[in-house]
Amino acid sequence: MRLEFRAISKQFGQHQALRDVSVSVAEFQSLAIIGPSGGGKTTLLRIVAGLETPEAGYLSIDDARVDFSEASLLLHRRRIGTVFQAYNLFPHLTARENVLLPLVVVHGLSRIEANETVDALFERFQLSRHADRRPAELSGGQQQRVAIVRAIAIKPRFLIFDEPTSALDPEMTAEVLDFIAELRGEGRDLIIVTHNMGFAREVSDHCLFIAEGQVLEEGRSSELFSRPRNPLLANFLAKVLRY
Amino acid sequence: MQAHRQPVARAAWIVSWCLVALLVAAVFSFAFGQLHYGWNWQAIWHYREKFLHGWLVTVALSAAALLASLAIGLLSALARRSAFLPLRYAAVLYVEIVRGTPLLVQILILFYVVANAFGIENRYVVGVLALSLFAGAYLSEMIRSGIESIRDSQLESARAIGLTRAQTYRHVVFPQVVRQLVPPLTGQFASIIKDSSLLSIIAVSEFTLNAQEVNAFTYSTLESYLPLAAGYLLLTLPISLLSRVLERRFHFAT
Ligand SMILES: Nc1ncnc2c1ncn2[C@@H]1O[C@H](COP(=O)(O)OP(=O)(O)OP(=O)(O)O)[C@@H](O)[C@H]1O
Ligand SMILES: [Mg+2]
Repeated sequence: MRLEFRAISKQFGQHQALRDVSVSVAEFQSLAIIGPSGGGKTTLLRIVAGLETPEAGYLSIDDARVDFSEASLLLHRRRIGTVFQAYNLFPHLTARENVLLPLVVVHGLSRIEANETVDALFERFQLSRHADRRPAELSGGQQQRVAIVRAIAIKPRFLIFDEPTSALDPEMTAEVLDFIAELRGEGRDLIIVTHNMGFAREVSDHCLFIAEGQVLEEGRSSELFSRPRNPLLANFLAKVLRY
Repeated sequence: MQAHRQPVARAAWIVSWCLVALLVAAVFSFAFGQLHYGWNWQAIWHYREKFLHGWLVTVALSAAALLASLAIGLLSALARRSAFLPLRYAAVLYVEIVRGTPLLVQILILFYVVANAFGIENRYVVGVLALSLFAGAYLSEMIRSGIESIRDSQLESARAIGLTRAQTYRHVVFPQVVRQLVPPLTGQFASIIKDSSLLSIIAVSEFTLNAQEVNAFTYSTLESYLPLAAGYLLLTLPISLLSRVLERRFHFAT
């Protein structure tokens, strides 16, 4: 897929989270967004996900300009699978019901069709045993996997992950990252914000480096990680890779 | 649940309750023994249908008031979250006024001023209205705090999967609020039942008024009021038991 940001700005009160971001990302399958904390990664991702509207600028996805009116954003969100850091699932619904909800309510599948979809997905991703448990009865890693299944069940155009493992311990992190790598292996388009540089490097073909509300570097991951041009990026990589 | 209790715990449970029952019985039999009261249950038995009628009226009034108060409470909770400020402030005013004044005063004003002005003549309608406006204000706060207890992350997830605002309320917010609301709601129903006795002052022919009338006819005060207490307990005790069962059933960790 392709992404193009033109003069995108976003402000929260006095704070300018994104300043005049203009960048176009050429054909990619998997885009990693990296950068220091507070740099604006989540904000940019949420704009792509249709969860936030910029004050200025425009965004186009696969050369189609995104209309930032609420009615059109609703339709936009329905075609994207978004997974946040944590608490993606509704606590009063079982794993199965969590995945069923958008299929039945938003996408108009019959309960029977939807159940078949869920069964097949749970089977494939080894979640069948947990289908009738509520989120509180699942580990953090299982919760995130169910959330990812909910995101792919609707056959989205692409997937968006915002630090999907930052609330997990190392073992569960591996379980979730393997899952995402598997999805990438299936050829799904995805955009991921992560602090895990090893994973970003392995899973992505393109990468954006964001700091202080600006995209400071864009490029193929193979080059960006090994030969950073921007001194801030070089510094950032040196710092995170040291540990 | 009782069925899951260990035998030892169960025996302790039975013994403790028997002890309490004995103690209460002892205190009351002592108190009544001191009275030197000439019981006259016969006169009361004569009026049994009047008691039954009053009791049924109380049940009907309370049930109607519960339903109406749910509707009022829901609307006013939503109004308090409305972006339209006059609507929000109207709901705040309603809740604060009702919760800040005695029900007795509300009944009197509603009956002698409001109902009179709007030409509502039926006392039962006024009675149900008074009870449901009163309970509605408390329910409004319960529903509102229930809605506000839903974490922002859930509303964000609902948005991300493409639910509309109405769908979010229908599938995410209300099911959780209802679960939270069931225990306090049963408590509220018990309160409505007890509070309905105040309608006797506007001559609604409910349980308390009928007991008062029987007392006036027979001069048998205790024989009139003891069945009254029993009649209310007959309603409120099962409700409070039910509330405990439901609380356990609907409990889930978030
Ligand atoms: N809803 C909001 N209200 C106010 N300020 C916000 C809001 N969202 C983000 N910000 C601010 O905007 C800036 C960019 O935030 P953003 O969440 O995009 O950063 P980030 O790169 O995702 O950081 P992190 O790595 O810590 O997640 C931060 O300074 C943040 O405090
Ligand atoms: Mg972030």
